[in-house]
Amino acid sequence: MPPPPLLSIRGLTKSFGGTRALDNVSLEVLPGEVHGLLGENGSGKSTLIKVLAGFHAPDAGTIEVRGQAVDLPLAPGQFRKLGMDFVHQDLGLIPSLTVLENLRAGEIASSRRPYFSWKRERARAEETFARYGLDLDPTARVGDLPAVSRAMLAIVRAVEGMRQGAAEAHTDQGLLFLDEPTAFLPRDHVDRLFALVRQVVASNASVVFVSHDLGEVMAITDRVTVLRNGQRAGSVVTRQTSRDQLVHLIIGQHLQTLEGAHRRPTEARPAVRVRGLRGGLLRGIDLAVRRNEVLGVTGLLGAGFEDLPYLLFGARKAAAGMLELGDDTLELPSLTPSRAIAAGIGLIPADRQRDGSVGSLSVTDNLTLPVLRRYFQRLTLSWSRMVDDSRRLLHAFDVRPPDPTLVYAALSGGNQQKVMLAKWLQTRPRLLLLHEPTQGVDVGARQRIMGLVREAVAAGTAVICASADYEQLALLCDRVLIVARGRVVRELGGDEVTTERITEQCLRSGEPGAA
Amino acid sequence: MEEIGSPEPTPEWRARLQVWRLSALLGQYGLLAAWAVVVVFFTVFPATSQTFPTMTNFATIFGSQAVIVILTLALLVPLTAGDYDLSVASVLTLAAMIVAVLNAQHHWPIGVAILAALAAGALVGLINGAFILVFRIDSIIVTLGSGTFVGGVVLLISGSNTISGVSQHLVDWVIVKRLLGIPLEFYYGLLLCLVMWYVFELTPLGRRLLFVGRGRSVARLSGINVSRVRLGALVTSGVVSAVAGVAYAGTTGAADPTSGEQLLLPAFAAAFLGATTIVPGRFNPFGSVVAVYFLVTGITGFQLLGAQSYVQSLFYGGALVVAVALSQIARRRQALDTGT
Repeated sequence: MPPPPLLSIRGLTKSFGGTRALDNVSLEVLPGEVHGLLGENGSGKSTLIKVLAGFHAPDAGTIEVRGQAVDLPLAPGQFRKLGMDFVHQDLGLIPSLTVLENLRAGEIASSRRPYFSWKRERARAEETFARYGLDLDPTARVGDLPAVSRAMLAIVRAVEGMRQGAAEAHTDQGLLFLDEPTAFLPRDHVDRLFALVRQVVASNASVVFVSHDLGEVMAITDRVTVLRNGQRAGSVVTRQTSRDQLVHLIIGQHLQTLEGAHRRPTEARPAVRVRGLRGGLLRGIDLAVRRNEVLGVTGLLGAGFEDLPYLLFGARKAAAGMLELGDDTLELPSLTPSRAIAAGIGLIPADRQRDGSVGSLSVTDNLTLPVLRRYFQRLTLSWSRMVDDSRRLLHAFDVRPPDPTLVYAALSGGNQQKVMLAKWLQTRPRLLLLHEPTQGVDVGARQRIMGLVREAVAAGTAVICASADYEQLALLCDRVLIVARGRVVRELGGDEVTTERITEQCLRSGEPGAA
Repeated sequence: MEEIGSPEPTPEWRARLQVWRLSALLGQYGLLAAWAVVVVFFTVFPATSQTFPTMTNFATIFGSQAVIVILTLALLVPLTAGDYDLSVASVLTLAAMIVAVLNAQHHWPIGVAILAALAAGALVGLINGAFILVFRIDSIIVTLGSGTFVGGVVLLISGSNTISGVSQHLVDWVIVKRLLGIPLEFYYGLLLCLVMWYVFELTPLGRRLLFVGRGRSVARLSGINVSRVRLGALVTSGVVSAVAGVAYAGTTGAADPTSGEQLLLPAFAAAFLGATTIVPGRFNPFGSVVAVYFLVTGITGFQLLGAQSYVQSLFYGGALVVAVALSQIARRRQALDTGT
């Protein structure tokens, strides 16, 4: 006889306009389990969580918590009284305030006590941190903490809120939702976060773990529910499931593998050469990229590889170095983005929202920005030609929907990234710089994006891709450079370009005496 | 390869888009409709039906507000580039005072006096830009300070007195000469509005300005020289504010050291209210002109009903807050529509 579920959702349905975001979804979370929630972007994960958080009113369905039916819709904030709490990807911390102020934010907001004894609160906070084995200074400014400490603080805060709510409901069975808490964490810090999750579960609470990372899901969850197109594609016991089976559930078809298939002889003469690059965390990089080649650059966190695209684009000032591009030589310390673009370089930054595009403007606006001059004839910009050309590009790059007048933010993450690729590839750059090109993108779009990059390479663009996603590097790159402490320590080529080999080499690059 | 989870253009989705476009259309012309309602109301309302719908009244409305129109257009440029310029009204006062002092007191030719006024406007913009860009200070703080400073300069060069006797040529060409019964300065404002619409909508510069305002980092990484665009926007607002000041001197034939400062709030109210219409969600010149005349039509109507000058404060202050609230609602609805 299995234990009765802590949370039981049945037939949950929610439509926006004509689109069914959730279609008859059922989900059961058992006491004391880590339950994975998987699915591509737009599969309904966020809608499900927003219904539970009281942001959306469902159209149909029932929710039971500890066997008790809950009146729907939930009021915003009602989840606390039910002993649930959420940690969203952005963590919801205020960087300019202290750890203690952030930890007690909820109480500060709602307390009816006329004054606050900071001394007592501090002692309580230290006790709490000790209980979870965290080494956090309550007086430290949250903005000064490393990313992993911020994530742990947010989780501990949510756990405390969950406990308190559960206690008020006379139970110790809390439920914690972690919505991609690891997305911005370096890989070696994820283990610390998992230890905390296990501790939470050991105390009779349950955790719902939302993630894109199959490895993490395999490592931490007991059971997994997969959503696809707003419907439940299946629930499985993690131990009895393979990664391939999960992938199959997520995308509903088998991944066609690119790995190894694309490697073919490339031109011998390098099209791009970097000499003596110093700047950011990099302390002397020399490299060459041939035409028709994708060069991967990777390493452990703090190795400095992610500075490379920005330094080569003039987005960040280099201390020294030069870039040879065909017959042109660019001095990197005096390079600016506009000069880089004029020389035939494009950059697709990792932070799409901040650096890549303006969500509130149309797809056409975003697409045509680097090539506006083409459309300025007889003293006017031809909007109709801009829209026509954009539509053609959207079709060519398989953006859905291919409507160039749509607001950019209305597109899903994968389609936004395809637009970014179209924005730069229409300029036929000699060198395209990528930083985490498939971050926050669903599995299907990720495949398509890598295909588009390969097409550009076939057309003669040299590509440098900085990424910590080893699987992606293995699929996309012809050669991979491993960077450690600001220098290239290893070059992998040919049959060595596999996920396992790159992972192994990155791990070994951190050892003292490597290089 | 089939991608799952992307919004396919289903019939329902198209229908939703149509509803959205319809409501967008309503938003686009809502302020024009509101303006028409105000005009009809005061035309029909018994207490004003004699005095309101007259050619003289309309000529006054269109002519007298050209200064605010020009000032609002000046403000649009840095607002679009993402910077506030709180010094525009002080620059207006400074320009009017320079024209009056140089022309009426020192008997400089009016043309030279006007050029000096415009140069002063450019200088203030340059100084604003230098502080904002070199020291990376918030534009609100810099222009709040520089505006107050310029206000002090005006009091200094005028000895705190109103200076009259500005060249009749200027007065003629601003307010006395008329076309279709409306003073020429109305057409200057309209012309400037057209020029600005052209630059905003039909030139690469206008697009760059927009991107600099919406996403500095995006603009920079797309090859735009962000600092140069922002500096250019601030210098432009200085020069155009000075143009408004010259029009002000031409309208009154004099310059007084303080009353121009009261135009700051109307200009902001019109800029933000204008951003809710014609091209909703963007600061846009035609929307701003509609907003200026919508506000002044209402104010004039109420004044004809016997309301005192308090009605101006009620209208401009209220409009600023309501306009910003409206644009927030629009933004939130847009966010809901896109599911973000």
